Amino acid sequence: MAVMAEPVAAQVKRSSLWTRAFESRHFLGAMFMVPAIAILILFLAYPLALGFWLGMTDTKIGGAGRFIGFQNFVSLSKDSVFWLSVFNTIFYTVAASAVKFAIGLYLALLLNERLPFKSMVRAIVLLPFVVPTVLSAIAFWWIYDSQFSIISWVLIKAGLITRYIDFLGDPWNARWSVVAANIWRGVPFVAITLLAGLQTISPSLYEAANLDGATNLQRFRHITLPMLSPIIAVVMTFSVLMTFTDFQLIYTITRGGPINSTHLMATLSFQRAITGGNLGEGAAISNAMIPFLVAAILLSFFGLQRSRWQQGGRD
Amino acid sequence: MSTTDDQSVGMDYLESFPRKFFRVYLPLGLIIFFLLFPFYWMAVATFKPDAEMYDYEKYNPFWIVHPTLEHIKKLFFDTDYPLWMWNTVIVSVSSTCISLFASVCAAYAIERLRYKGSRYVGLAIFLGYLVPPSILFIPLAAIVFQLGLFDGNLALILTYPTFLIPFCTWLLMGYFRTIPYELEECALIDGATRLQILMKITLPLSLPGVISAGIFAFTLSWNEFIYALTFISSSENKTIPVGAITELVNGDVYHWGALMAAALTGSVPVVILYSFFVEYYVSAMTGAVKE
Repeated sequence: MAVMAEPVAAQVKRSSLWTRAFESRHFLGAMFMVPAIAILILFLAYPLALGFWLGMTDTKIGGAGRFIGFQNFVSLSKDSVFWLSVFNTIFYTVAASAVKFAIGLYLALLLNERLPFKSMVRAIVLLPFVVPTVLSAIAFWWIYDSQFSIISWVLIKAGLITRYIDFLGDPWNARWSVVAANIWRGVPFVAITLLAGLQTISPSLYEAANLDGATNLQRFRHITLPMLSPIIAVVMTFSVLMTFTDFQLIYTITRGGPINSTHLMATLSFQRAITGGNLGEGAAISNAMIPFLVAAILLSFFGLQRSRWQQGGRD
Repeated sequence: MSTTDDQSVGMDYLESFPRKFFRVYLPLGLIIFFLLFPFYWMAVATFKPDAEMYDYEKYNPFWIVHPTLEHIKKLFFDTDYPLWMWNTVIVSVSSTCISLFASVCAAYAIERLRYKGSRYVGLAIFLGYLVPPSILFIPLAAIVFQLGLFDGNLALILTYPTFLIPFCTWLLMGYFRTIPYELEECALIDGATRLQILMKITLPLSLPGVISAGIFAFTLSWNEFIYALTFISSSENKTIPVGAITELVNGDVYHWGALMAAALTGSVPVVILYSFFVEYYVSAMTGAVKE
């Protein structure tokens, strides 16, 4: 708009107000940014930097730490619990994201059909995402209870199992249980955002494909999927980031147990830093998440670039 | 978004009902059952007396024979729950207002004033959106402690905007972009100041965007957990999610009825708000992703 404003400014005799408004654009802009930037620098950028620093110190709660270089990382690399948490985090992220994507896409396709009460159905579907995660996790906690689990009760009544399943007492049961809870919470987000993407695909493409005799599967494979791929990349990046750094579900349902088998890096860093008081070590664990996050973001960024280029975009 | 709704179905009407039932309604019904069951279970446990809750042989667990308000009464009168509710409301409303104010200013400056370097600031704010709280909470705890904000509402009111401002700014930038610049030029020529333009033209025209951002920000702060868990220690200062998890469990004794009542009553306000503004909420959620 600078281009548009210039000739006007040259033609019209400049009033002082116009000149001031135009000339102080940068100053005014800076003024408008002050509240946002002040908060973000003090509580986002500074803590991020402080986190890097803390990760290289042996700070404890209530005491100043000293710089110890990469000592925290060296001791973590010998710490089997840390590696277990890395494994858990990756397992949790991969398993939950894959299923969330599959069910989410399927649900989005179902919701894109002609349905009665469509907007109400959509509103209901989104509920698990709206309700506070911790509070719905409490419900899952109760559903997974070792003595009063409704799942076990139904399966026993159906004659499929003979005794109650110990959902949260066995390492693999516990892992799958929290993955299921995460899927439950994440599916609506994936489905509704993909639905928004589906609704932007022009029906004429499908009509053309119909005339050419394309099957349902072909239409999905050659129209829906390519048209949807940019939004899939973004949605799944967000989903992976949220899952990878998840804290609430694990903290509520298992607190990392049994014997650390569901500890994610986030919950382990909380345990070491806040419960255990070793702020430095906890910060080092948080910092260890950053390379994974950056990798995920870059992957989707370049994936996006590629698909945009395929669709004839400029970049 | 809804413009293609009616046309996108093509030759759908040719499909027979039984076929469509198995292809669409049945799987949809199953998924919705899976998504809603925990809420049903939460509600059932809230109104079920203890005698029925722990006896599956005598009472069918899916029904309530003698509904009771005992758990809710216990929650409201024997615990600090009303205080948690109050804290949650205060914190959510304040942090949402602060974030909206800061974001409107920032988004307007980035999108309309186009000051030097605004593009890079916009990008930086988007990157801020990608920084998860799980990485920030440890250094933030140190900062909150240094500033003397520890164990108070202010600690949360000031830290929640760190994830709300990037989101709101990004969303509002998208909305501001859709408002024709010519409107602002006219106002400029008529001698309006930038502030007047923002207040009288841009903001009223982008009201849906502001509402969307506000609703979404409110639910995000209502749901926030890790900061509230880390920065608050005394029971009377806790928010609902933290209070429910930490105060309603005495050692190994879980007060399931009260826990479920807390989960249900803590969810209801957000759900009510959401049900009034579904469209705004959805457009906030999808808008942030689509950009």
